[in-house]
Amino acid sequence: MKVLVPVKRVIDYNVKVRVKADGSGVDLANVKMSMNPFDEIAVEEAIRLKEAGKADEVIAVSIGVKQSQETLRTALAMGADRAILVIAADDVHTDIEPLSVAKILAKIVEEEQPGVVLCGKQAIDNDMNATGQMLSALLGWSQGTFASEVDIDGDTAKVTREVDGGLQTLSVKMPAIITVDLRLNEPRYASLPNIMKAKKKPLDEKTAADYGVDVTPRLEIVKTVEPAERAAGIIVGSVDELVEKLKEAGAV
Amino acid sequence: MYDNAMPSIYFSDEHVAFRQTVRAFIQKEVTPNIQDWEDAGRLPRSLYKKAAEIGLIGVIYPEELGGSAGDLFMHVVATEEISRAGSGGVSASLGSHTIGLPPLVKHGSDHLRQTYAVPVIAGEKIAALAVTEPGGGSDVAALKTRAVRDGGHFVVNGEKTFITSGMQADVITVAVRTDPGARGSGGISFLAVAGDTPGLERTELTKMGWWASDTAHLSFNDCRVPVDNLIGVEGGGFQAAMLNFNNERLSMAAQAYTMADVCYREALAWAQERQAFGKPLAQQQVIRHKLVDMAAQIDVARTLTYDIVWRYMNQMDPLQIHVARTSMAKVTATNALKFCADEAVQILGGMGFMRGTASERIYREVKVMTIGGGTDEVLKNLAASQLGI
Ligand SMILES: Cc1cc2nc3c(=O)[nH]c(=O)nc-3n(C[C@H](O)[C@H](O)[C@H](O)COP(=O)(O)OP(=O)(O)OC[C@H]3O[C@@H](n4cnc5c(N)ncnc54)[C@H](O)[C@@H]3O)c2cc1C
Ligand SMILES: Cc1cc2nc3c(=O)[nH]c(=O)nc-3n(C[C@H](O)[C@H](O)[C@H](O)COP(=O)(O)OP(=O)(O)OC[C@H]3O[C@@H](n4cnc5c(N)ncnc54)[C@H](O)[C@@H]3O)c2cc1C
Repeated sequence: MKVLVPVKRVIDYNVKVRVKADGSGVDLANVKMSMNPFDEIAVEEAIRLKEAGKADEVIAVSIGVKQSQETLRTALAMGADRAILVIAADDVHTDIEPLSVAKILAKIVEEEQPGVVLCGKQAIDNDMNATGQMLSALLGWSQGTFASEVDIDGDTAKVTREVDGGLQTLSVKMPAIITVDLRLNEPRYASLPNIMKAKKKPLDEKTAADYGVDVTPRLEIVKTVEPAERAAGIIVGSVDELVEKLKEAGAV
Repeated sequence: MYDNAMPSIYFSDEHVAFRQTVRAFIQKEVTPNIQDWEDAGRLPRSLYKKAAEIGLIGVIYPEELGGSAGDLFMHVVATEEISRAGSGGVSASLGSHTIGLPPLVKHGSDHLRQTYAVPVIAGEKIAALAVTEPGGGSDVAALKTRAVRDGGHFVVNGEKTFITSGMQADVITVAVRTDPGARGSGGISFLAVAGDTPGLERTELTKMGWWASDTAHLSFNDCRVPVDNLIGVEGGGFQAAMLNFNNERLSMAAQAYTMADVCYREALAWAQERQAFGKPLAQQQVIRHKLVDMAAQIDVARTLTYDIVWRYMNQMDPLQIHVARTSMAKVTATNALKFCADEAVQILGGMGFMRGTASERIYREVKVMTIGGGTDEVLKNLAASQLGI
């Protein structure tokens, strides 16, 4: 079985985000970028499937600017076998929308015929939480979203999902799209020997046009603003005073 | 200050990727445990194993020994990111292989490399280097520890002191005098001595800083070391020791300016947060100037170090120039550390004197950096002679 893992290049979660002066988005020029953390979890899960003998090839895909190559190299250094880079934009500020990404992925799925697609549940840059679901609809495949546990057994997969109020376990038919949540696993570090080896692993370069997908945005960003500054707090002397203040503020 | 998060003339994509790995590793596996290790006076063996798994021990060693054959900039990346933890003891003991192992890897027999280098690179054994003696550290040529040939063994007698990782080490690269007749730099050899050799006694030393690193006084009492454990040619030890020192000094420069940067960042964050006389400290001109002076000294030391590494890798200079500049870089970087640790504690005020801040710890670690691996005075003497002054 092949496992396909889409990985997105996003602003590193340690970077203090700055909004561009014209409000059109977040400034990404000369900012540290990394693999979307949920995608790292998906890559890790795919590698574990391979290590467990349930998968024989892990293919990482990234759709975006040319620099997404670095993100793919990270996936290769973690243990993916090969990578496909789909160049769909020149400007690092261009975000490819979930539907376009899902359409391109659907074409790649047709070509590669993986048994499962493991996606992050969402990307931390714009929190769309849509690509996996759209891909499932386009392919007519089953989906298990927000997975905190995945157990693939032949033509079914048991997917445990974190839902309000607890855990829900689904049995989904394979092939399937599984989107992964934070607690599924702890991704491994890309070790130095594997970083060196990743240089030599195959990385195919394609464009969105190769798949006949029009990536023109359909959504318009109206405004991007910094979060409101937090007002200074006060130190209260006792629990009674705290309750008093909360009452004053109408919070209790 | 700029972070090396993106490729540059010095750092390739692979350097950047490894930096990211080591930074995440240190944040998760080291930073939360530093205080425990400082209290314990040593690092747990499990840390070496974990570090080896991400390739952090084998950075520069050959692939056939389990290393990654990384270049000198890869070593700089590893050194900087370990030092970012802000504990010199962690850097010293986790890095004691960087002084103990290279002579063995470079000049040792296949047998020695398999027996000692492979398990150290795999994080299963700990390596140390023992050159300094109670009678003198700077004057290496005056060392007195004797190794006398007796059949298939050398019989070693003498004392070594201030040895980093000396309590835990499983293999110690020891500088000995194999030719009692030779004076000075002649007749000095390196032996690989197993930690469990009968007659080797270790005494733990307590110290001003580097608490997470175990430091030992070693006594060799009729220690029988197989002749096969001779590293390289008999009598070639002095030259090997000098080249080894040079790389140690580059590492120490990188360690020093990175620790200086830790102080700078802590002081800056504090100065921006701390209110005094109606505004943040960082708005007081005198504090602003201190912070700029700190940043400038760090930048100078770091840029100098990168340039030395780059010119060395591109074989731009005769060895003397490289050695002189390396000595100057270590002095420059440790001066930056001295200055930044002092100013950071000052900016932190009373808090800087309290246990729990990185600056307090680093302040106690300044002196070992200006003494270990060659004192300021000795390095300036060396630079002067190499420059033909
Ligand atoms: C924490 C710690 C860890 C260490 N780890 C190791 C280790 O792992 N392995 C190891 O072999 N050693 C180790 N050392 C020893 C270190 O390398 C020596 O301390 C250092 O080389 C200085 O030698 P010394 O202490 O004998 O001082 P000395 O050589 O006695 O020097 C004392 C003072 O005299 C000055 N001086 C000496 N000669 C001259 C001169 N010609 N001109 C002007 N001034 C001079 C020096 O600069 C210094 O200020 C460690 C030291 C410390 C503190
Ligand atoms: C071991 C110890 C024992 C102590 N014992 C006592 C005690 O018994 N009783 C007691 O009351 N206090 C005690 N103190 C507190 C001591 O008096 C204060 O630490 C000291 O006054 C500095 O105050 P601070 O620590 O709040 O630093 P801050 O006032 O926050 O100063 C931090 C830094 O900012 C600088 N700074 C502040 N304002 C300005 C400005 N306007 N312009 C330029 N720079 C400025 C300072 O010089 C300093 O470098 C003790 C402190 C220590 C470390």
